[in-house]
Amino acid sequence: MLAVRNLSAGYGSFQTLFGVTMDVNAGESVAVIGPNGAGKTTLLRAISKLIPLGGGEVTMEGRSLREVPAHEVIAHGVSQVPENRRLFARLTVEENLRMGAFLPAARPRFGERLEFVYSLFPRLRERRAQPAGTLSGGEQQMCAIGRALMSGPKLLLLDEPSAGLAPVVVQSIFELVQRICGEGFTVLIVEQNIRQVLKVVDRAYLLETGHIRSSGTAAELLASDEIRKAYLGL
Amino acid sequence: MPVFDVFLLEAVVNGILLGGLLALLSLGLNLVFGVIDVVWICYAELIMIGMYAVYVLHVQQGWPLVLAMAAGIAAVAALGALMHHFVIRPVLAAEPINQLLVTGGVLFFLQAAATLAFGIEFRNLGVRMPPIAIGEMSFSLPRVIAFVVALAGVAATYLFLTRSYIGTAIRAISQDRQIMPLMGVNPDRVFTVTSALGGALAGLGACLLVLQYDIHPAIGLSFGPITFMICVLGGLGNVLGGLVAAFIFAQFISVGGFFFHIEWGYVIAFAFFIAVMFWRPQGILGGK
Repeated sequence: MLAVRNLSAGYGSFQTLFGVTMDVNAGESVAVIGPNGAGKTTLLRAISKLIPLGGGEVTMEGRSLREVPAHEVIAHGVSQVPENRRLFARLTVEENLRMGAFLPAARPRFGERLEFVYSLFPRLRERRAQPAGTLSGGEQQMCAIGRALMSGPKLLLLDEPSAGLAPVVVQSIFELVQRICGEGFTVLIVEQNIRQVLKVVDRAYLLETGHIRSSGTAAELLASDEIRKAYLGL
Repeated sequence: MPVFDVFLLEAVVNGILLGGLLALLSLGLNLVFGVIDVVWICYAELIMIGMYAVYVLHVQQGWPLVLAMAAGIAAVAALGALMHHFVIRPVLAAEPINQLLVTGGVLFFLQAAATLAFGIEFRNLGVRMPPIAIGEMSFSLPRVIAFVVALAGVAATYLFLTRSYIGTAIRAISQDRQIMPLMGVNPDRVFTVTSALGGALAGLGACLLVLQYDIHPAIGLSFGPITFMICVLGGLGNVLGGLVAAFIFAQFISVGGFFFHIEWGYVIAFAFFIAVMFWRPQGILGGK
């Protein structure tokens, strides 16, 4: 579904990704793991075209995203939950969800998808008329994920969904991610919380200083000495 | 009831009528600032252009007044969008002072253009409406119309901003500009729509003012500063604060003018403005 080939990207003259190649196939959940500053967020920002592609290529279902402006990437079926959720704090929960359905093609199905999101996260239905800024951290993450689902994406990009949340909440966020995967969405998730994310995804790539160091199924990576020593402290 | 109180009541009601109009005038300016973060110093000159547009279409071209006004609103809306495209967009990343200077340049440009096109003589629509008498009080019909239409304009803008997708995006973009593309929103398009809406509100204001006042190229100077001060008083960019400030300011002008002299009303209102700036420089309802 999503193919990243030899991708280089960065900010101005500061390059953070060096020839990254990876794939996400329809129906699977894939994680990109790695330490802080490895370039994980940059990777998602490049796929969403929030920053220009340096070298290499990104294709979604065979169509190149190179010349696609950032605001049209979502029309290709790629929806991103940004780092730190980035809800519109003074808009209500439902208005945030409406923003997720801004795409003209998504508007006729607003009511139906709203129902779906509310059934997925009943808490959001209770809080629908409340400003998003007044939600708890976990609820905000639900709202951010719900917002990204409102466009009916084929591929959901999740940027550090557990960042900045209390440890108890982190656990529930990963259960939430697991449910999203179970709903048949294709998910690409970027996480520092390696042990927990490897429990919910099918495959993963290890990204270090802008290079893919290793890849495999979640079980393989969990068992690999490299990951166990460097990241799991075993 | 003694006569004195009747005239005071008349002044209060006139203040409310004026407040509605000032609320409409401040709304467009506030909206543009709140969303795009640029002050259109030339906002009142857009209104002036709208007044001339109605005058030309109605008086010179013989269009029915309502049609001329609709066209005037559309013309100023287009002017707002053009202004964003050619004047504001190139300086979006510039220093605030430069943005201010550039819109100040547009102010003088529009004034000079109007002087070239129409000369400096005063013109009016020649529409005469009878006053409305209630007991011993009498109210100008154009003012009552202006009040009702202005409030309708404010309400319509509110509905647009809260019910439509693009209106929601206008409110969202002022909170987080960077992630708008993730929603499928082209920020530049939202800015253009906001500018056109600001222009349309200026055009509507022009239709209401042209019923009450003569048109001349410098007419913007007589209500531009008031409009700007109301926005600052309410907290620049704070739409609700602007509406509240408009009604407060109007009472100072109207009731102050009743107790002393009409010119004193403005002096008192401006003194109040200065006092508030010492007390709450962020505006009455301004945050941060």
